[in-house]
Amino acid sequence: MKENNLDIQNPILSIKDLSIAYVQDKYAVKNVNAEIERNAITAIMGPSGCGKSTLLRAINRMHELYPNINTKGEILLHQENIYKMDTIKLRRKIGMVFQRPNPFPTMSIYDNVIAGYKLNGVKLKKQQRDEIVEKSLQDVTLWSEVKDSLFKKGTFLSGGQQQRLCIARALAYNPEVILLDEPTSALDPIATARVEELLVELKKKYTIVLVTHNMSQAARISDNSLFMYLGELVEYGKTNVMFTNPIDSRTEAYLTGQFG
Amino acid sequence: MISITINRNISPSIKFKDNSNLRKLKNRIFKIIIIILSIITISPIVLILSKLVIKGFRQINIDFFTQVAPDTFEAMMAIASGDVIPGGIANGITGTLLIVIIASVIAIPIGVITGVYLYENQGKKYANLIRNLSDILQGVPSIVLGIIGYLWVVLRVTNGFSAFAGSVALSIMMLPLIVRSTEETMKMVPENIKEAAAALGVPYHKIILRVMIPSSFSGLLTGILLAISRVLGETAPLLLTTLGSSFINLNISKPTSAVPLLIWNFYNDPNMINLIWSSSLFLIGLVLALNLIAKRIIARREK
Ligand SMILES: Nc1ncnc2c1ncn2[C@@H]1O[C@H](COP(=O)(O)OP(=O)(O)O)[C@@H](O)[C@H]1O
Ligand SMILES: [Mg+2]
Repeated sequence: MKENNLDIQNPILSIKDLSIAYVQDKYAVKNVNAEIERNAITAIMGPSGCGKSTLLRAINRMHELYPNINTKGEILLHQENIYKMDTIKLRRKIGMVFQRPNPFPTMSIYDNVIAGYKLNGVKLKKQQRDEIVEKSLQDVTLWSEVKDSLFKKGTFLSGGQQQRLCIARALAYNPEVILLDEPTSALDPIATARVEELLVELKKKYTIVLVTHNMSQAARISDNSLFMYLGELVEYGKTNVMFTNPIDSRTEAYLTGQFG
Repeated sequence: MISITINRNISPSIKFKDNSNLRKLKNRIFKIIIIILSIITISPIVLILSKLVIKGFRQINIDFFTQVAPDTFEAMMAIASGDVIPGGIANGITGTLLIVIIASVIAIPIGVITGVYLYENQGKKYANLIRNLSDILQGVPSIVLGIIGYLWVVLRVTNGFSAFAGSVALSIMMLPLIVRSTEETMKMVPENIKEAAAALGVPYHKIILRVMIPSSFSGLLTGILLAISRVLGETAPLLLTTLGSSFINLNISKPTSAVPLLIWNFYNDPNMINLIWSSSLFLIGLVLALNLIAKRIIARREK
C-alpha cells in the first residue's frame, strides 16, 4: 500500500491486517491496513467487485449475519478490538446506511427514526422520543418536509427522502461513526446533491466512512480516500493529493477512467 | 441495442406475405377457446352456489343459528305439513368453532416456528428433511389423520371421542400449509430489511419477531386463513375423533358436533335433506367471510 503524506494523529478506527473470504481461501479483502480519521469523510473507492462493501461491512461486523465468512486480522475502535465487543454495543456506536434506502415497511416515519430503540426494547418517555425524532430529522434536513406526516409509512417518501430517513435512523442512535455503502447510487442527481451536502455537514459531529464508485463524489466531499483494487488497498491518502498526484499507476489508471 | 429498419423502397425484393386474415382467424379461434375453458372452470362454483342459495335459503333463519338439529320425527312432521324443518345447527356451529379454534391454537405457533426455521436454514440437510416430511404430510389422506387422532388422543388422552381429538387431527392437516406459507412469505421479505435491523444492533430473535414477522404479516395471515378454510369442511377425520353430539358442547374432552358432521347426518336421513343445503350454504359463507376478513386486514395494514 502506498501512502501520500497522510498523518492521522488520533484515529477513531484502526484496521489491522484485515482479510475477508466468502469462499475458502479466496480473499475478497486482502491484508488491509488503514487508520480512519475522526470527524472526517473517508471515501473507499475502486472498481466494482474490488471489495469496498466487504471492507465496510467488516467495520460493524455485518458479515456475522451469514455463515462461512472468514475474517482475519482486527479492527480497533478507540484502540479496543471490535471483535471482542458486544455486537449490539458496537452497532450502537457504528451506524450503517445501505445502497438502497430500506426504511422498515411496516413502520411510520416516526417509528423508523426511533427504530433502533423500539426494536431493541429500549423504553423512552414520549417527550424523549419526540425530541429524538425531531432532532434526527432536522439533522438530515427532512423535518420540514415530513413534520405533518410523521405517522405515515416511511415507504411513501421519495427515494431521496427515504435515504435521508435511513440516515436519520442511524443518527437517532447517536453513533460515533456512520458507514455508508454507495448511499446515492439509487438516487437522482438532485437528491444526491442533498445527501452530499448533508454528509459534509454531519462530519462536524460524526466520523463518516463512505463507499462510492463515483470518483467525482469522492473528490467533492471526502477528506481522505482509499483506493482498492482486487481486494487490496492500493493507495491511501488525502483526497486532494491523490486526485492530483496519484502515486500508484493503478490509481492513476482508475482516476483517469481507464478501468472501472 | 440493435434496431433494424426495413425500407420497402430500397429493397423491393423483400415481400411481406399478407396473411393478416389468417392471423385474425387464429386470434379469434384462440379467444373462443379461452372463453369456453374459462366458462368450464367457473361453472361448477356458480352452479353449486346458486343451487345452495335457492335450496338452502328458506331454511336460514334465527332458529338455524340458535337451535340444535331436530330429530327425524320433528322433521318428518314439518315436511308433511309443508313447513320449514324446525331447529337449526347451533350444535354444529359451536362445535366447528371450538374444534377449529383449538386446532389453530396448536397448529399456528408450531407451523409458524417451523416455517421460520426452514427459512433460516435454507439448504441445510435437517431443514430439507423437515420440508420434505411436511410435504408428505400434506398428501396424507385426511381419514388417516382421523385414525391417528383416534389412536393417539381418543384412546390415550381423552379416553373417548372428544373435540380435542378432532382438533389434533385437523391441526396436523393445517401444519404443512402453515409451514409452507410461512417459509414462502418470509422469503419475500427483502434481505436489506433484515440487514437494516441488524445494523441497529437488534439481536437475532428480535429481528425475527419484530421485523420479519410483522413485515410478512399479511402473507402469514393469508396462509393461516387458507389452512383454516381448508379444514373447516373436513368430515372424515371428525367422524373418527369427535363423533358428533346432539347438544351444544363446549367441553373439549367430550364428543362434539360439527357442521360437516351434521351435513353427513342429514344426508343419511331422508327427512333432513333440506338442511343439507342450508348447512352447506353456511359453511361456504363462513369460508368466504374468512377470505374477506383476511383481505380487509391486509388492505388496512398496507395503508
Ligand atoms: N455474499 C457473497 N458471497 C460470495 N462472494 C461474494 C459475496 N459478496 C461479495 N462477494 C465477492 O467478493 C468480491 C468483493 O465484493 P464487494 O465487496 O461487494 O465489492 P464492491 O462493493 O467493491 O463492488 C467480489 O468478487 C464479489 O463477487
Ligand atoms: Mg458494493
